[in-house]
Amino acid sequence: MWRNSVHGWGLPSILLHWLSAALVVALFVLGWWMTGLGYYDRWYQLAPWWHKSLGLTLLGLTLVRMVWRLIQPTPEAHGVAWERVMAHAGHCLLYVLLLTVMVSGYLISTAEGQGISVFGVFELPALISDLPSQATLAGEVHWYAAWALIVLAVGHTLAALKHHIFDRRDTLRRMWWPGGPRRQ
Amino acid sequence: MFSKSLLKTVTGVALGAAALLPMTQASAAEYKIDSEGQHAFIQFKISHLGYSYVLGTFEDFTGTFSYDPDSPENASASVKVDVSSLDTGHAERDKHILSDDFLDASQYPTATFESTGFESTGEGEGELKGKLTLHGTTQPITIDVEHIGGGDDPWGGYRQGFEGETTLTLSNFGIDTSKLGPTASTVDMYLVVEGIRQ
Repeated sequence: MWRNSVHGWGLPSILLHWLSAALVVALFVLGWWMTGLGYYDRWYQLAPWWHKSLGLTLLGLTLVRMVWRLIQPTPEAHGVAWERVMAHAGHCLLYVLLLTVMVSGYLISTAEGQGISVFGVFELPALISDLPSQATLAGEVHWYAAWALIVLAVGHTLAALKHHIFDRRDTLRRMWWPGGPRRQ
Repeated sequence: MFSKSLLKTVTGVALGAAALLPMTQASAAEYKIDSEGQHAFIQFKISHLGYSYVLGTFEDFTGTFSYDPDSPENASASVKVDVSSLDTGHAERDKHILSDDFLDASQYPTATFESTGFESTGEGEGELKGKLTLHGTTQPITIDVEHIGGGDDPWGGYRQGFEGETTLTLSNFGIDTSKLGPTASTVDMYLVVEGIRQ
């Protein structure tokens, strides 16, 4: 129920997976929409406030998730050898892109030493600031990494569907019912 | 064939004339703006919503000026500004100002001022006319300049200091601030420069 096994994911992993997926999509849509807002739009200040609060929440969740993944067994990968290699590489890249997007976002707002408020509950202090053109460069990385993440997430979704529907494996069931399927 | 005394006389006259030569140009001099010691500031002030002002600086710039108190009409100045050194104390705002919404610093990383003339309007003050290139567009501007002071510094140098003011109309440089409201169409510049004589 709680722990992962060779046969399936535990409940914490499942919850972290879908919560992250929802946040990634929500953050991407919110982020893209907010860059189109004008100075006099009501959401000009609110949208970034939500975007940063949710983004930093996701950063915390992702760090927890990565630790949990490393100290737990991982269900065996589906597919033939090259598919398993690609799956592993793809999953690693998802983690790399997640961290890249969120850390670069953090580096934009903290570029001059100001911290970031998380839902008004606490302020995350700036750790690295005053690097040359920090906000602008971090902004570029943030933009491109976000697009790469979304594209890769779409690929990840399609691959999971391929294994579940075409190969008739229990790929999706594993990421829904904790403890692995009763039947293979 | 030259006698020793004639040689001495000629040398003496030559050296004497050479010694006098600097005095004819004593007051005209080239100065380098003290950027290393940051004894120069480029500050701007722009209206925010019509409710307050945003103040900011361009931290990194270099330049020279030439000044002769005896003939001020020959004063000149040349300044090169690193646009990305803009600082209004807020990372997200600075990122936005430097973006292609406004200054487009990645495409136009440098702003320059080259003076074309100086008109004295009184003791130690005048109008410095010149060409400002900002956002890739060159426009004539006039800076109201006042001489603050000058002289020997405690460290073996000789300095002159000036302050200047001018107002820029941003649309003249292809910078569109219309989305920031009607009061943000102009920006007031306030400059202080101290130069070290070269």
